[in-house]
Amino acid sequence: MSGELIVRAPGALSLVQDSGRAGFQRFGVSESGAIDRDALLVGNLLVGNDIDPAAVEVTFGGAQFQFSQDSLVAITGGDLQPSLDGTPLEMWESFWAPAGSTLSFAAPVAGLRAYLAVNGGIATEPVLESRSTHLASGLGGLAGSQLAAGDRLPVGDGSESRRAGAKLPHELRPDYGDEITVRVVPGPQQDQFTDAGMRSFFESPYKVTESSDRQGLRLDGPAIESVSGSYDIVSDAVVFGSVQVPGDGKPIVLLADRQTTGGYAKIGVVATVDLPLLAQAGPDATVRFAEVSVVEAQRLMRERRRSLVETDLYDELVTTETSVSLAGTDTQVNLSYRPTALSTPGGGLVSANIGTARSTVRVEDIE
Amino acid sequence: MSVQLGSEISDEINDRVYALADLLGESSLPWLRELVPTYRSLLVYYDAFEVDYDEIKSELTELMDRHESSISAASDRPRFVYELPTAYGGEHGPDLESVADNAGLSVEEVIRIHSGIDYRVYMIGFSPGFPYLGGMDPRIATPRLATPRTRVAAGSVGIAESQTGVYPSASPGGWQLIGRTPVKLFDHTKHPPSVLQPGHYVRFVPIDTERFLEIENQAASGDLEIQTSEPAS
Repeated sequence: MSGELIVRAPGALSLVQDSGRAGFQRFGVSESGAIDRDALLVGNLLVGNDIDPAAVEVTFGGAQFQFSQDSLVAITGGDLQPSLDGTPLEMWESFWAPAGSTLSFAAPVAGLRAYLAVNGGIATEPVLESRSTHLASGLGGLAGSQLAAGDRLPVGDGSESRRAGAKLPHELRPDYGDEITVRVVPGPQQDQFTDAGMRSFFESPYKVTESSDRQGLRLDGPAIESVSGSYDIVSDAVVFGSVQVPGDGKPIVLLADRQTTGGYAKIGVVATVDLPLLAQAGPDATVRFAEVSVVEAQRLMRERRRSLVETDLYDELVTTETSVSLAGTDTQVNLSYRPTALSTPGGGLVSANIGTARSTVRVEDIE
Repeated sequence: MSVQLGSEISDEINDRVYALADLLGESSLPWLRELVPTYRSLLVYYDAFEVDYDEIKSELTELMDRHESSISAASDRPRFVYELPTAYGGEHGPDLESVADNAGLSVEEVIRIHSGIDYRVYMIGFSPGFPYLGGMDPRIATPRLATPRTRVAAGSVGIAESQTGVYPSASPGGWQLIGRTPVKLFDHTKHPPSVLQPGHYVRFVPIDTERFLEIENQAASGDLEIQTSEPAS
């Protein structure tokens, strides 16, 4: 029962994303993938997929999609006020969308990015083993681009007999807020920062700025002092959640679309379990950092994943295949993936080029 | 987990990074997910849902100790030089004259210096297939453009400070562009997708615009074979 998902309006930014393009970073290929990996995972589980299929990541809303056939669907992640033919929908819950019905996203009331998961998954052609869209390099998705009105996304063959109504228990649903605290494992270059610098980082609030996107969350707050006055290192690899500090001393948290390598000292890595909070943090959100050990960060990540995957409350939809080997890996800390905040020039809905062309080119973006 | 093998740019450290990456890649480690080797460190992605940080750390340490001699002997591996035919100046290298002015040299001298060295590929990063090359003659070092271009053509050869490199695909860029190669350095339909591999060398071979078009056509039809040779020294 394969069909199509038809893009009627892409809104600010809609992208095909899966759990990322792993395995090619050594060739300079960015990982990309859904920024809020937990929301993608849960969306897939709710519609009876395994954890890997691609979904549509909708940012900020203003988007509309039409189903060519009866489809089992779930909306997870940020609450962008989804509705089906005008009737408001519950988040984190699977439902049947009849053939010809239209799913609309209005504007965010919590979080920034919603995931539209459909039984069978979005079945665009994989590129380098992934369907994730990486706009900067034009890989994945539909011809490497963001979705446009009129695009028709193939949907994979699903199972015939799935039932709607699977829900993620309320106590497991994330609380995306404008004031968040995320845990950070220090390193690998924490020695390049003074004690005062480390204190600034761990004790000060930082604001998410408008020049944030899927590559990274750029923060404003007290400058973090380095030992030598220099913030440069010999370039090495960066991960989802690496916090690098460039010359102005203001931290940048690298996200899914980050480049593979970076030349700024990294003060720490955000614990995977907290990446969804950053993924859903919009401009002007306040972020605080709290220190955590690698061991504790990994424990938290496993506990969270276990609760999302092993809950029996997905009803019969969750079958044994959910014990899939998880796509998350870990680096110093953890590695998984999350969304990013986006810039909202003018404060309203973002123009169509979020995350692609930027009016100003930042030093760390460019070679 | 990031394995740091040094803090500076050197052939010896870089050789060790790639030797370790090869060793791990060949060791059938069930927890290994991805390796990202760079100038002087190796990022090891592992399945943290299955194994603990401490376990990985001790396993890696033990593996490195056991294979220390082969990691150290990495510099004995065979070397290849990839020849990249390059049209210097004109539309292909709009900044060639300013590089020459900055260096106080003639355009011809800049081309001779730039094409007279085999450059080591230290790592691939930044964008798909982008090689970080080392060893450029400091006489032609030039600062980045004050205002980066919003679009640099694929194959553009540039200079930024004391580095030289090639943009494998069109992107924004701040390097001084001195030429362009018609060779396609990144193709996502191929395995591996990047022509250049770390530890190998690149030699820029000057060609004229006519030859550029010929090679470009060959590359487009898939008939182009990149010439390799032994390093000069």
